[in-house]
Amino acid sequence: MIEILSDTALATVQDLGRIGALRMGVGFAGAMDDLALSAGNLLLGNDETEAAIEVQIFPFALRFLTGGVFAITGAACGATLDGAPVLPWWSVAVEAGQILRLGVPGPAAWRGSRAYICVAGGIDVPVVLGSRSTQLRGAFGGHQGRALRQHDVVPVGRTDRPVVGFGLIAPAVVEPLLQDGVPAIRVLKAAEHDLYTADSLEAFWSQPWRITPQSDRYGYRLSGPSLAMATPIELRSHGIVPGVIQVPQGGQPIVQMRDAQPTGGYPKIGTVIGADLWRLGQAPIGSHIRFVCSDWAEAVAAAARNRAYLDDVRRLALLHGFQTGEG
Amino acid sequence: MTPRISLLGTTALLFEAPGETSLVTQRRIWSLAREAQGWPEVAEAVPGVNNLMLSLAELPDDPAPLATRLQQAWAAAEPMTPSADSGGGRMVTLDVIYGGAWGPHIADVMAHTGLSLDEIVAIHTTPDYPVFAIGSHPGYCYLGGMDQRIATPRRQVPVLHLPGGAVSIGGGQTGVSASAGPSGWNTIGSTEMVFFDPTLPVPCLLQPGDVIRFRAKQVVR
Repeated sequence: MIEILSDTALATVQDLGRIGALRMGVGFAGAMDDLALSAGNLLLGNDETEAAIEVQIFPFALRFLTGGVFAITGAACGATLDGAPVLPWWSVAVEAGQILRLGVPGPAAWRGSRAYICVAGGIDVPVVLGSRSTQLRGAFGGHQGRALRQHDVVPVGRTDRPVVGFGLIAPAVVEPLLQDGVPAIRVLKAAEHDLYTADSLEAFWSQPWRITPQSDRYGYRLSGPSLAMATPIELRSHGIVPGVIQVPQGGQPIVQMRDAQPTGGYPKIGTVIGADLWRLGQAPIGSHIRFVCSDWAEAVAAAARNRAYLDDVRRLALLHGFQTGEG
Repeated sequence: MTPRISLLGTTALLFEAPGETSLVTQRRIWSLAREAQGWPEVAEAVPGVNNLMLSLAELPDDPAPLATRLQQAWAAAEPMTPSADSGGGRMVTLDVIYGGAWGPHIADVMAHTGLSLDEIVAIHTTPDYPVFAIGSHPGYCYLGGMDQRIATPRRQVPVLHLPGGAVSIGGGQTGVSASAGPSGWNTIGSTEMVFFDPTLPVPCLLQPGDVIRFRAKQVVR
Protein backbone atom coordinates (compact mmCIF):
# COMPACT_ATOMS: atom_id res chain seq x y z
CA MET A 1 0.00 0.00 0.00
CA ILE A 2 1.01 3.60 -0.61
CA GLU A 3 0.13 6.66 1.47
CA ILE A 4 -0.06 10.01 -0.29
CA LEU A 5 1.82 12.71 1.64
CA SER A 6 1.32 15.71 -0.67
CA ASP A 7 -1.82 17.79 -0.54
CA THR A 8 -1.42 18.93 -4.14
CA ALA A 9 -4.43 17.97 -6.16
CA LEU A 10 -4.52 16.63 -9.71
CA ALA A 11 -2.50 13.44 -9.23
CA THR A 12 -4.73 10.58 -10.37
CA VAL A 13 -4.72 6.83 -10.83
CA GLN A 14 -4.57 6.02 -14.55
CA ASP A 15 -4.16 2.99 -16.76
CA LEU A 16 -4.31 2.91 -20.57
CA GLY A 17 -7.89 4.14 -20.49
CA ARG A 18 -11.46 2.95 -20.78
CA ILE A 19 -12.49 1.22 -24.01
CA GLY A 20 -16.11 0.50 -24.87
CA ALA A 21 -18.08 2.99 -22.77
CA LEU A 22 -18.28 5.88 -25.26
CA ARG A 23 -21.87 4.91 -26.02
CA MET A 24 -22.69 5.71 -22.40
CA GLY A 25 -21.10 9.13 -22.72
CA VAL A 26 -17.99 7.98 -20.87
CA GLY A 27 -14.70 9.18 -22.35
CA PHE A 28 -11.38 7.33 -22.48
CA ALA A 29 -9.49 8.93 -19.56
CA GLY A 30 -6.14 7.11 -19.12
CA ALA A 31 -2.50 8.18 -18.98
CA MET A 32 -1.60 11.37 -20.86
CA ASP A 33 1.72 9.67 -21.72
CA ASP A 34 0.61 6.14 -22.52
CA LEU A 35 4.09 5.17 -23.70
CA ALA A 36 5.66 6.07 -20.32
CA LEU A 37 2.96 4.12 -18.46
CA SER A 38 3.31 1.03 -20.66
CA ALA A 39 7.11 1.12 -20.49
CA GLY A 40 7.06 1.59 -16.71
CA ASN A 41 4.79 -1.42 -16.30
CA LEU A 42 6.84 -3.63 -18.60
CA LEU A 43 10.15 -2.81 -16.97
CA LEU A 44 8.68 -3.94 -13.63
CA GLY A 45 7.44 -7.20 -15.11
CA ASN A 46 3.80 -6.00 -15.01
CA ASP A 47 1.25 -6.30 -17.76
CA GLU A 48 1.28 -3.17 -19.86
CA THR A 49 -2.28 -2.41 -18.77
CA GLU A 50 -1.69 -2.01 -15.02
CA ALA A 51 -2.53 1.30 -13.36
CA ALA A 52 -0.04 3.83 -11.97
CA ILE A 53 -0.15 7.24 -10.31
CA GLU A 54 0.07 10.13 -12.77
CA VAL A 55 1.66 13.19 -11.18
CA GLN A 56 1.35 16.58 -12.85
CA ILE A 57 1.87 19.00 -9.97
CA PHE A 58 5.31 18.97 -8.34
CA PRO A 59 6.84 18.45 -5.86
CA PHE A 60 4.99 15.30 -4.85
CA ALA A 61 5.62 12.84 -2.02
CA LEU A 62 4.35 9.48 -0.88
CA ARG A 63 5.26 6.78 1.66
CA PHE A 64 5.42 3.08 0.86
CA LEU A 65 3.50 1.28 3.62
CA THR A 66 4.61 -2.08 2.25
CA GLY A 67 7.84 -3.07 0.51
CA GLY A 68 8.01 -3.75 -3.20
CA VAL A 69 9.47 -2.50 -6.44
CA PHE A 70 8.69 0.74 -8.24
CA ALA A 71 9.81 2.79 -11.23
CA ILE A 72 9.32 6.43 -12.20
CA THR A 73 8.80 7.12 -15.88
CA GLY A 74 7.71 10.16 -17.85
CA ALA A 75 9.05 13.58 -16.89
CA ALA A 76 12.52 13.63 -15.30
CA CYS A 77 11.81 15.07 -11.87
CA GLY A 78 14.88 14.49 -9.67
CA ALA A 79 13.24 11.86 -7.48
CA THR A 80 14.68 10.73 -4.16
CA LEU A 81 13.97 7.75 -1.91
CA ASP A 82 14.65 8.68 1.73
CA GLY A 83 16.86 11.42 0.32
CA ALA A 84 18.93 9.21 -2.00
CA PRO A 85 18.65 9.94 -5.73
CA VAL A 86 16.46 7.56 -7.76
CA LEU A 87 17.31 6.91 -11.39
CA PRO A 88 14.42 7.67 -13.73
CA TRP A 89 13.06 4.85 -15.91
CA TRP A 90 14.64 2.33 -13.52
CA SER A 91 13.13 -0.42 -11.37
CA VAL A 92 14.01 0.14 -7.71
CA ALA A 93 13.38 -2.02 -4.64
CA VAL A 94 11.73 -0.25 -1.71
CA GLU A 95 11.09 -1.16 1.93
CA ALA A 96 8.05 -0.39 4.03
CA GLY A 97 8.22 3.12 5.47
CA GLN A 98 10.46 4.67 2.83
CA ILE A 99 9.45 8.06 1.44
CA LEU A 100 9.57 8.85 -2.26
CA ARG A 101 9.78 12.50 -3.29
CA LEU A 102 9.42 13.87 -6.81
CA GLY A 103 10.98 17.26 -7.51
CA VAL A 104 10.01 19.86 -10.08
CA PRO A 105 10.88 18.75 -13.64
CA GLY A 106 13.70 21.01 -14.71
CA PRO A 107 15.75 21.58 -17.84
CA ALA A 108 16.94 18.15 -18.88
CA ALA A 109 17.84 16.39 -22.10
CA TRP A 110 14.09 16.28 -22.48
CA ARG A 111 11.61 18.33 -20.49
CA GLY A 112 8.32 16.61 -19.73
CA SER A 113 5.42 17.60 -17.55
CA ARG A 114 3.92 14.36 -16.22
CA ALA A 115 5.58 11.60 -14.20
CA TYR A 116 4.29 8.08 -13.60
CA ILE A 117 4.88 6.26 -10.34
CA CYS A 118 4.57 2.65 -11.44
CA VAL A 119 4.66 -0.23 -8.94
CA ALA A 120 5.20 -3.94 -9.41
CA GLY A 121 1.70 -5.41 -9.19
CA GLY A 122 0.09 -2.15 -10.30
CA ILE A 123 -2.13 0.25 -8.36
CA ASP A 124 -4.95 -2.09 -7.43
CA VAL A 125 -8.06 0.10 -7.36
CA PRO A 126 -11.30 -1.55 -8.54
CA VAL A 127 -11.94 -1.89 -12.27
CA VAL A 128 -15.01 0.18 -13.23
CA LEU A 129 -16.46 -0.20 -16.74
CA GLY A 130 -13.33 -1.99 -17.89
CA SER A 131 -10.65 0.35 -16.51
CA ARG A 132 -8.91 1.58 -13.36
CA SER A 133 -8.56 5.11 -14.79
CA THR A 134 -10.06 8.01 -12.87
CA GLN A 135 -13.20 9.40 -14.53
CA LEU A 136 -13.59 12.85 -12.98
CA ARG A 137 -16.92 13.80 -14.62
CA GLY A 138 -19.35 11.40 -13.00
CA ALA A 139 -16.78 10.65 -10.26
CA PHE A 140 -15.93 6.97 -10.66
CA GLY A 141 -12.91 4.80 -11.39
CA GLY A 142 -9.43 5.46 -10.00
CA HIS A 143 -9.30 6.15 -6.27
CA GLN A 144 -12.91 6.96 -5.29
CA GLY A 145 -13.50 8.72 -8.59
CA ARG A 146 -11.33 11.72 -7.74
CA ALA A 147 -7.80 13.11 -7.62
CA LEU A 148 -5.58 11.84 -4.80
CA ARG A 149 -5.42 13.75 -1.53
CA GLN A 150 -3.10 13.85 1.46
CA HIS A 151 -3.48 10.72 3.67
CA ASP A 152 -5.16 8.68 0.94
CA VAL A 153 -3.98 5.08 1.04
CA VAL A 154 -4.00 3.30 -2.32
CA PRO A 155 -3.64 -0.47 -2.66
CA VAL A 156 -0.87 -2.17 -4.63
CA GLY A 157 -1.53 -5.45 -6.44
CA ARG A 158 0.30 -8.68 -5.62
CA THR A 159 3.07 -9.87 -7.86
CA ASP A 160 5.34 -12.91 -7.75
CA ARG A 161 8.19 -11.96 -9.99
CA PRO A 162 9.03 -8.26 -10.04
CA VAL A 163 12.07 -7.14 -12.04
CA VAL A 164 14.61 -5.08 -10.03
CA GLY A 165 17.67 -3.05 -10.99
CA PHE A 166 16.93 -2.55 -14.65
CA GLY A 167 16.36 0.59 -16.67
CA LEU A 168 15.41 2.18 -19.97
CA ILE A 169 16.27 5.15 -22.12
CA ALA A 170 13.22 7.42 -22.40
CA PRO A 171 11.37 7.32 -25.74
CA ALA A 172 11.76 11.09 -26.11
CA VAL A 173 15.53 10.56 -26.11
CA VAL A 174 15.39 7.56 -28.43
CA GLU A 175 12.83 9.11 -30.80
CA PRO A 176 13.01 12.91 -30.64
CA LEU A 177 10.77 14.77 -33.08
CA LEU A 178 11.49 18.40 -33.91
CA GLN A 179 10.47 20.84 -36.62
CA ASP A 180 12.72 23.91 -36.96
CA GLY A 181 13.95 23.23 -33.43
CA VAL A 182 10.43 23.12 -31.94
CA PRO A 183 8.87 19.87 -30.58
CA ALA A 184 6.68 18.52 -33.37
CA ILE A 185 3.36 16.68 -33.30
CA ARG A 186 2.13 14.79 -36.37
CA VAL A 187 -1.45 15.48 -37.44
CA LEU A 188 -3.90 14.06 -39.98
CA LYS A 189 -6.31 16.48 -41.63
CA ALA A 190 -9.87 16.32 -40.24
CA ALA A 191 -13.26 16.83 -41.87
CA GLU A 192 -13.35 20.65 -41.85
CA HIS A 193 -9.66 21.22 -42.70
CA ASP A 194 -10.27 22.39 -46.25
CA LEU A 195 -12.92 24.93 -45.16
CA TYR A 196 -10.31 27.15 -43.51
CA THR A 197 -8.87 30.12 -45.39
CA ALA A 198 -5.53 29.69 -47.14
CA ASP A 199 -3.89 32.07 -44.65
CA SER A 200 -5.28 30.09 -41.73
CA LEU A 201 -4.01 26.80 -43.10
CA GLU A 202 -0.60 28.29 -43.85
CA ALA A 203 -0.42 29.56 -40.27
CA PHE A 204 -1.70 26.33 -38.73
CA TRP A 205 0.99 24.21 -40.38
CA SER A 206 3.91 26.63 -40.23
CA GLN A 207 3.65 28.61 -36.99
CA PRO A 208 4.59 27.54 -33.47
CA TRP A 209 1.64 27.17 -31.07
CA ARG A 210 1.95 28.06 -27.41
CA ILE A 211 0.35 25.80 -24.81
CA THR A 212 -1.59 28.21 -22.59
CA PRO A 213 -2.13 27.85 -18.82
CA GLN A 214 -5.77 26.88 -19.62
CA SER A 215 -4.51 23.44 -20.60
CA ASP A 216 -5.12 20.26 -18.65
CA ARG A 217 -6.12 16.62 -18.98
CA TYR A 218 -9.38 17.70 -20.68
CA GLY A 219 -7.77 19.72 -23.42
CA TYR A 220 -4.92 21.98 -24.46
CA ARG A 221 -5.92 25.51 -25.36
CA LEU A 222 -3.36 26.82 -27.79
CA SER A 223 -2.37 30.38 -28.58
CA GLY A 224 -1.16 31.57 -31.97
CA PRO A 225 -2.46 33.11 -35.20
CA SER A 226 -6.26 33.31 -35.42
CA LEU A 227 -7.81 30.59 -37.60
CA ALA A 228 -10.91 31.36 -39.64
CA MET A 229 -13.20 29.54 -42.03
CA ALA A 230 -14.12 31.07 -45.37
CA THR A 231 -17.76 30.48 -44.36
CA PRO A 232 -18.50 29.45 -40.76
CA ILE A 233 -20.59 26.29 -40.45
CA GLU A 234 -22.68 24.62 -37.75
CA LEU A 235 -22.07 20.97 -36.98
CA ARG A 236 -24.26 18.40 -35.31
CA SER A 237 -22.93 16.77 -32.14
CA HIS A 238 -20.75 13.81 -33.00
CA GLY A 239 -18.23 11.47 -31.43
CA ILE A 240 -14.70 12.77 -30.93
CA VAL A 241 -11.49 11.22 -29.60
CA PRO A 242 -8.37 12.48 -27.80
CA GLY A 243 -6.16 14.32 -30.29
CA VAL A 244 -8.98 16.04 -32.20
CA ILE A 245 -8.05 19.70 -32.78
CA GLN A 246 -11.22 21.79 -32.58
CA VAL A 247 -11.44 25.46 -33.47
CA PRO A 248 -14.20 27.37 -31.62
CA GLN A 249 -15.40 30.76 -32.87
CA GLY A 250 -12.51 32.62 -31.23
CA GLY A 251 -10.14 31.06 -33.77
CA GLN A 252 -7.72 29.58 -31.23
CA PRO A 253 -7.46 25.80 -31.41
CA ILE A 254 -8.17 23.37 -28.58
CA VAL A 255 -6.68 19.89 -28.68
CA GLN A 256 -8.87 17.32 -26.95
CA MET A 257 -6.92 15.28 -24.42
CA ARG A 258 -7.57 12.11 -22.39
CA ASP A 259 -10.36 13.49 -20.15
CA ALA A 260 -12.16 15.18 -23.06
CA GLN A 261 -15.87 14.55 -23.36
CA PRO A 262 -16.61 11.90 -26.00
CA THR A 263 -18.77 14.15 -28.20
CA GLY A 264 -18.32 17.60 -29.65
CA GLY A 265 -19.58 19.97 -32.29
CA TYR A 266 -16.87 22.51 -33.05
CA PRO A 267 -15.18 22.37 -36.47
CA LYS A 268 -12.13 20.10 -36.60
CA ILE A 269 -9.00 21.16 -38.49
CA GLY A 270 -6.98 18.04 -37.74
CA THR A 271 -6.31 15.18 -35.34
CA VAL A 272 -3.04 14.28 -33.64
CA ILE A 273 -1.99 10.77 -34.65
CA GLY A 274 -2.41 8.21 -31.87
CA ALA A 275 1.33 7.48 -31.81
CA ASP A 276 2.16 11.11 -30.93
CA LEU A 277 -0.46 11.75 -28.22
CA TRP A 278 2.17 10.98 -25.56
CA ARG A 279 4.43 13.74 -26.93
CA LEU A 280 1.64 16.28 -26.55
CA GLY A 281 0.71 14.84 -23.14
CA GLN A 282 4.23 15.70 -21.96
CA ALA A 283 4.45 19.18 -23.52
CA PRO A 284 4.65 21.69 -20.65
CA ILE A 285 2.38 24.70 -20.25
CA GLY A 286 4.07 27.75 -21.74
CA SER A 287 6.09 25.71 -24.23
CA HIS A 288 5.60 25.77 -27.99
CA ILE A 289 4.78 22.97 -30.41
CA ARG A 290 4.58 22.69 -34.19
CA PHE A 291 2.02 20.69 -36.14
CA VAL A 292 3.35 18.55 -38.98
CA CYS A 293 0.99 17.42 -41.73
CA SER A 294 1.19 13.64 -41.76
CA ASP A 295 -0.40 10.82 -43.72
CA TRP A 296 -1.80 7.41 -42.89
CA ALA A 297 1.34 5.47 -43.86
CA GLU A 298 3.55 7.65 -41.66
CA ALA A 299 1.09 7.32 -38.77
CA VAL A 300 1.13 3.53 -39.11
CA ALA A 301 4.93 3.54 -39.14
CA ALA A 302 5.04 5.77 -36.04
CA ALA A 303 2.71 3.40 -34.18
CA ALA A 304 4.92 0.48 -35.21
CA ARG A 305 8.00 2.24 -33.78
CA ASN A 306 6.24 2.81 -30.44
CA ARG A 307 5.23 -0.86 -30.45
CA ALA A 308 8.81 -1.94 -31.24
CA TYR A 309 10.12 0.17 -28.33
CA LEU A 310 7.71 -1.51 -25.92
CA ASP A 311 8.40 -4.98 -27.33
CA ASP A 312 12.12 -4.36 -26.70
CA VAL A 313 11.38 -3.32 -23.12
CA ARG A 314 9.37 -6.49 -22.56
CA ARG A 315 12.14 -8.72 -23.94
CA LEU A 316 14.89 -6.94 -22.01
CA ALA A 317 12.94 -7.09 -18.76
CA LEU A 318 12.40 -10.81 -19.24
CA LEU A 319 16.08 -11.36 -20.03
CA HIS A 320 17.18 -9.27 -17.03
CA GLY A 321 14.85 -11.29 -14.81
CA PHE A 322 16.42 -14.57 -15.95
CA GLN A 323 19.97 -13.26 -15.53
CA THR A 324 19.47 -11.98 -12.01
CA GLY A 325 17.28 -14.87 -10.95
CA GLU A 326 14.77 -12.35 -9.67
CA GLY A 327 12.37 -12.64 -12.57
CA MET B 1 -26.68 13.52 -51.47
CA THR B 2 -23.98 11.20 -50.27
CA PRO B 3 -22.86 10.72 -46.69
CA ARG B 4 -19.42 11.93 -45.69
CA ILE B 5 -16.75 9.77 -44.08
CA SER B 6 -13.69 11.37 -42.51
CA LEU B 7 -10.77 10.35 -40.32
CA LEU B 8 -10.58 11.25 -36.64
CA GLY B 9 -6.83 10.71 -36.58
CA THR B 10 -5.75 7.09 -36.40
CA THR B 11 -8.22 5.91 -33.78
CA ALA B 12 -11.68 6.59 -35.23
CA LEU B 13 -13.76 7.16 -38.35
CA LEU B 14 -16.67 9.60 -38.56
CA PHE B 15 -19.72 8.93 -40.73
CA GLU B 16 -22.10 11.86 -41.31
CA ALA B 17 -25.50 11.35 -42.90
CA PRO B 18 -26.55 14.00 -45.43
CA GLY B 19 -29.60 16.25 -45.21
CA GLU B 20 -31.56 17.94 -42.44
CA THR B 21 -31.52 16.38 -38.99
CA SER B 22 -34.41 13.96 -38.69
CA LEU B 23 -35.64 11.05 -36.61
CA VAL B 24 -35.93 8.84 -39.70
CA THR B 25 -32.26 9.39 -40.49
CA GLN B 26 -31.42 8.75 -36.84
CA ARG B 27 -33.29 5.42 -36.94
CA ARG B 28 -31.06 4.44 -39.88
CA ILE B 29 -28.00 5.56 -37.83
CA TRP B 30 -29.08 3.22 -34.98
CA SER B 31 -29.43 0.45 -37.52
CA LEU B 32 -25.97 1.17 -38.96
CA ALA B 33 -24.49 1.30 -35.44
CA ARG B 34 -25.91 -2.10 -34.57
CA GLU B 35 -24.49 -3.57 -37.77
CA ALA B 36 -21.02 -1.96 -37.42
CA GLN B 37 -20.72 -2.96 -33.78
CA GLY B 38 -20.32 -6.55 -34.95
CA TRP B 39 -17.41 -5.83 -37.29
CA PRO B 40 -13.99 -7.01 -36.07
CA GLU B 41 -12.30 -3.71 -37.08
CA VAL B 42 -14.63 -1.77 -34.78
CA ALA B 43 -14.06 -1.32 -31.04
CA GLU B 44 -17.23 0.69 -30.60
CA ALA B 45 -19.95 2.17 -32.81
CA VAL B 46 -21.05 5.46 -31.24
CA PRO B 47 -24.17 7.20 -32.60
CA GLY B 48 -24.17 11.01 -32.59
CA VAL B 49 -26.88 13.31 -34.00
CA ASN B 50 -27.43 11.97 -37.52
CA ASN B 51 -23.87 10.65 -37.54
CA LEU B 52 -21.87 7.67 -36.32
CA MET B 53 -18.34 7.39 -34.98
CA LEU B 54 -16.50 4.09 -35.24
CA SER B 55 -13.62 3.79 -32.79
CA LEU B 56 -11.13 1.34 -34.26
CA ALA B 57 -10.14 -1.92 -32.58
CA GLU B 58 -6.73 -1.84 -34.26
CA LEU B 59 -4.80 0.50 -36.50
CA PRO B 60 -5.47 -0.80 -40.05
CA ASP B 61 -2.82 -0.58 -42.79
CA ASP B 62 -5.45 1.22 -44.86
CA PRO B 63 -8.76 2.68 -43.59
CA ALA B 64 -10.36 2.73 -47.06
CA PRO B 65 -11.92 -0.77 -47.00
CA LEU B 66 -13.72 0.02 -43.74
CA ALA B 67 -15.03 3.28 -45.21
CA THR B 68 -16.33 1.38 -48.24
CA ARG B 69 -17.99 -1.21 -46.03
CA LEU B 70 -19.64 1.59 -44.07
CA GLN B 71 -20.98 3.23 -47.24
CA GLN B 72 -22.45 -0.06 -48.39
CA ALA B 73 -24.02 -0.79 -45.01
CA TRP B 74 -25.59 2.69 -44.96
CA ALA B 75 -27.13 2.16 -48.38
CA ALA B 76 -28.74 -1.01 -47.04
CA ALA B 77 -29.67 0.35 -43.58
CA GLU B 78 -33.39 0.35 -42.84
CA PRO B 79 -34.81 2.68 -40.15
CA MET B 80 -34.67 0.77 -36.88
CA THR B 81 -37.58 0.75 -34.48
CA PRO B 82 -36.14 0.28 -31.01
CA SER B 83 -37.95 -2.34 -29.00
CA ALA B 84 -37.87 -3.11 -25.31
CA ASP B 85 -35.80 -6.25 -25.87
CA SER B 86 -33.16 -4.24 -27.74
CA GLY B 87 -32.90 -1.96 -24.70
CA GLY B 88 -34.78 1.02 -26.09
CA GLY B 89 -38.19 2.39 -26.93
CA ARG B 90 -39.41 3.10 -23.41
CA MET B 91 -41.26 6.24 -22.35
CA VAL B 92 -39.83 8.01 -19.29
CA THR B 93 -41.56 10.96 -17.64
CA LEU B 94 -39.36 13.44 -15.77
CA ASP B 95 -40.85 15.69 -13.11
CA VAL B 96 -39.32 19.14 -13.42
CA ILE B 97 -39.32 22.19 -11.18
CA TYR B 98 -39.16 25.13 -13.58
CA GLY B 99 -37.81 28.60 -12.76
CA GLY B 100 -36.44 30.18 -9.59
CA ALA B 101 -33.23 28.73 -8.20
CA TRP B 102 -34.04 25.54 -10.17
CA GLY B 103 -34.03 27.38 -13.50
CA PRO B 104 -31.79 30.41 -13.10
CA HIS B 105 -31.65 31.26 -16.83
CA ILE B 106 -35.35 31.00 -17.64
CA ALA B 107 -35.52 34.82 -17.62
CA ASP B 108 -32.95 34.85 -20.43
CA VAL B 109 -35.11 32.43 -22.44
CA MET B 110 -38.14 34.68 -21.77
CA ALA B 111 -36.17 37.74 -22.88
CA HIS B 112 -34.90 36.06 -26.04
CA THR B 113 -38.19 34.46 -27.10
CA GLY B 114 -40.60 37.13 -25.84
CA LEU B 115 -42.67 34.33 -24.28
CA SER B 116 -44.01 34.25 -20.71
CA LEU B 117 -42.83 31.78 -18.07
CA ASP B 118 -46.06 29.79 -18.38
CA GLU B 119 -45.83 29.71 -22.17
CA ILE B 120 -42.26 28.40 -22.05
CA VAL B 121 -43.22 25.69 -19.56
CA ALA B 122 -46.27 24.75 -21.65
CA ILE B 123 -44.24 24.54 -24.84
CA HIS B 124 -41.39 22.62 -23.18
CA THR B 125 -43.71 20.04 -21.60
CA THR B 126 -45.76 19.33 -24.75
CA PRO B 127 -43.61 17.21 -27.10
CA ASP B 128 -42.28 13.68 -26.75
CA TYR B 129 -38.51 13.94 -26.96
CA PRO B 130 -36.77 10.97 -28.60
CA VAL B 131 -33.30 10.14 -27.25
CA PHE B 132 -31.13 10.42 -30.38
CA ALA B 133 -27.83 9.51 -28.77
CA ILE B 134 -25.88 9.36 -25.52
CA GLY B 135 -22.79 11.53 -25.18
CA SER B 136 -21.11 14.64 -23.76
CA HIS B 137 -20.79 13.13 -20.29
CA PRO B 138 -21.78 9.84 -18.63
CA GLY B 139 -25.49 9.19 -19.17
CA TYR B 140 -26.27 12.45 -20.99
CA CYS B 141 -29.00 12.25 -23.67
CA TYR B 142 -29.09 14.17 -26.94
CA LEU B 143 -32.81 14.78 -27.49
CA GLY B 144 -34.75 15.56 -30.64
CA GLY B 145 -38.14 17.17 -30.90
CA MET B 146 -37.86 20.56 -29.21
CA ASP B 147 -40.32 23.21 -30.36
CA GLN B 148 -38.14 25.85 -32.03
CA ARG B 149 -40.22 28.69 -30.58
CA ILE B 150 -38.21 28.31 -27.35
CA ALA B 151 -34.81 27.98 -29.05
CA THR B 152 -32.28 30.25 -27.29
CA PRO B 153 -28.60 30.74 -28.13
CA ARG B 154 -25.94 29.21 -25.90
CA ARG B 155 -24.62 31.51 -23.18
CA GLN B 156 -21.71 33.84 -23.95
CA VAL B 157 -19.94 32.69 -20.80
CA PRO B 158 -20.39 29.02 -19.86
CA VAL B 159 -21.52 28.17 -16.34
CA LEU B 160 -18.61 26.35 -14.68
CA HIS B 161 -20.57 24.18 -12.30
CA LEU B 162 -24.02 23.23 -13.46
CA PRO B 163 -25.53 20.62 -11.10
CA GLY B 164 -26.73 17.21 -12.26
CA GLY B 165 -30.41 17.13 -13.22
CA ALA B 166 -30.37 20.63 -14.78
CA VAL B 167 -32.90 20.91 -17.63
CA SER B 168 -31.56 23.33 -20.21
CA ILE B 169 -31.88 24.81 -23.69
CA GLY B 170 -28.89 25.34 -25.98
CA GLY B 171 -29.70 26.69 -29.44
CA GLY B 172 -32.45 24.51 -30.89
CA GLN B 173 -31.88 21.62 -28.47
CA THR B 174 -32.93 20.74 -24.96
CA GLY B 175 -31.32 18.30 -22.55
CA VAL B 176 -30.80 17.25 -18.95
CA SER B 177 -27.32 17.22 -17.40
CA ALA B 178 -26.53 13.85 -15.84
CA SER B 179 -23.83 15.05 -13.43
CA ALA B 180 -22.28 18.28 -12.22
CA GLY B 181 -20.02 20.04 -14.71
CA PRO B 182 -19.55 23.03 -16.99
CA SER B 183 -22.21 23.98 -19.57
CA GLY B 184 -22.97 26.79 -21.97
CA TRP B 185 -26.71 26.05 -22.04
CA ASN B 186 -29.55 27.97 -20.39
CA THR B 187 -30.94 26.19 -17.33
CA ILE B 188 -34.73 26.47 -17.13
CA GLY B 189 -35.49 23.82 -14.51
CA SER B 190 -34.29 20.83 -12.52
CA THR B 191 -35.16 17.17 -12.11
CA GLU B 192 -34.05 14.71 -9.45
CA MET B 193 -33.73 11.76 -11.81
CA VAL B 194 -30.42 9.84 -11.68
CA PHE B 195 -29.29 9.14 -15.24
CA PHE B 196 -26.08 7.24 -14.68
CA ASP B 197 -24.82 4.75 -12.10
CA PRO B 198 -21.60 2.91 -13.04
CA THR B 199 -22.29 0.21 -10.42
CA LEU B 200 -25.45 -0.99 -12.19
CA PRO B 201 -25.37 -3.73 -14.86
CA VAL B 202 -26.86 -1.16 -17.25
CA PRO B 203 -25.31 2.13 -16.06
CA CYS B 204 -27.39 4.43 -18.31
CA LEU B 205 -31.01 5.05 -17.35
CA LEU B 206 -31.89 5.87 -20.97
CA GLN B 207 -30.92 4.39 -24.33
CA PRO B 208 -31.17 5.75 -27.87
CA GLY B 209 -34.75 5.22 -29.01
CA ASP B 210 -36.23 5.87 -25.58
CA VAL B 211 -38.59 8.82 -25.29
CA ILE B 212 -38.57 11.53 -22.61
CA ARG B 213 -41.59 13.55 -21.56
CA PHE B 214 -41.19 16.53 -19.20
CA ARG B 215 -43.93 17.17 -16.61
CA ALA B 216 -44.12 20.41 -14.62
CA LYS B 217 -44.03 19.43 -10.95
CA GLN B 218 -43.82 23.05 -9.92
CA VAL B 219 -43.28 26.46 -11.52
CA VAL B 220 -41.38 28.91 -9.34
CA ARG B 221 -41.94 32.59 -10.02
